[in-house]
Amino acid sequence: MSDPKPTPGEPGETPEAQPEETVTLPEGATVNLEAEFKASQVQEVLDKLDRELVGLKPIKTRIREIAALLLVDRVRRRMQLSAETPTLHMCFTGNPGTGKTTVALRMAEILHRLEYIRQGHLVSVTRDDLVGQYIGHTAPKTKEVLKRAMGGVLFIDEAYYLYRPENERDYGQEAIEILLQVMENQREDLVVILAGYRDRMDRFFQSNPGMSSRIAHHLDFPDYSVDELVAIAGLMMEQLNYRFGEGAEAVFRDYVERRRKMPRFANARSIRNALDRARLRQANRLFADPARDLTRQDLVTIEKEDLLASRVFREGELDAD
Amino acid sequence: MRLTQGTFSFLPDLTDEQITRQVKYCIDNGWAVNVEYTDDPHPRNTYWEMWGLPMFDMPDPAAILFEVNACRKAFPRHYIRVNAVDSTRGVESLRLSFLVNRPPEEPGFRLERSDTQGRSVRYTLHSYATDQPPGQRYA
Repeated sequence: MSDPKPTPGEPGETPEAQPEETVTLPEGATVNLEAEFKASQVQEVLDKLDRELVGLKPIKTRIREIAALLLVDRVRRRMQLSAETPTLHMCFTGNPGTGKTTVALRMAEILHRLEYIRQGHLVSVTRDDLVGQYIGHTAPKTKEVLKRAMGGVLFIDEAYYLYRPENERDYGQEAIEILLQVMENQREDLVVILAGYRDRMDRFFQSNPGMSSRIAHHLDFPDYSVDELVAIAGLMMEQLNYRFGEGAEAVFRDYVERRRKMPRFANARSIRNALDRARLRQANRLFADPARDLTRQDLVTIEKEDLLASRVFREGELDAD
Repeated sequence: MRLTQGTFSFLPDLTDEQITRQVKYCIDNGWAVNVEYTDDPHPRNTYWEMWGLPMFDMPDPAAILFEVNACRKAFPRHYIRVNAVDSTRGVESLRLSFLVNRPPEEPGFRLERSDTQGRSVRYTLHSYATDQPPGQRYA
């Protein structure tokens, strides 16, 4: 693995040197964090995060803080001070469609780039992958999943389903106990990220205080603002190779403002659904005149009539969301 | 009498960190790693008991060390070894096999001679450990 960090004072540094075996500094030496920062790839990671995810201020702040701790730890190691890996287990709570799963997928890559985890792969599981169907089935199943996740991130979606207090024949508690043990004893091998809706996660933590205390970072995903939702729509459109036509963007903003107040609004997911329906209407509009020759412009543009056709405008009712 | 079967057997016992590095080499080459144990030390004993299944898709050596330590806890007085199997076409066989645990006392072998036709003598090895039944071999 190539080591991009410049290690001062030893031009003949062997290429197989692990990052931890850096040159130790003499007593009274000073270190410069900026040089360290430039040498690592942290800025690139943070920039990529800023570009690709809209909003999510608390998450980006927390990642920045973790990156800062990483740099300081590196420098501490150079001075022969102890720099134990911090606990990185996290819990993401928030309303539907706020980006919990998306960020968890990114987190594995980010932590790997910051060199906190060794392999950087993500194992995404739900309750079924951890809990067995009969006595004696849970422990090997959970251990297998944990072994596969070592060196990377274990992402447990809808973690509260693990605990079912009303059914005494449920083996979720066993899976939780194995998880707790591994989360505590093998902190440098594995990072666990739980995700779910806020109220249910609160109830889960109340009944499992051990789990709550092992999670170092409880991150709440706030709902997106109208500006953020429009920006997300812009990013999605770019990825899908579409663009808004004349006046369509203002209409879309109006749609988002109205839709937000309606029930069952799922943030980014509702935006994606709305864009899919707009694409559907655009396709139907183009198909209404099949003999016409279409240019690239026609195929790529979503006009405002495609958006105005929504029932949100016409009747103040939801489309089939 | 220290058993000298497998790779690294003439070296002092490998530390956990060294085992992890060896296993990492195996994983990087895409080999499947598995853990086996036995209490019969005869060199022709190729059928050791398997501890769990071979770990085909483990991306990290920590998982395999976890299994090795679990096996050590369950059988502290048995021989335990780690094997790595290469499944590429044309090879399809064991690539690396080294001992990670030995019983505290290893009694060794004696040479057995049996006379056959005329004055010919056939030789085999007999391990002192197998004088006891399995499970009671290393007190």
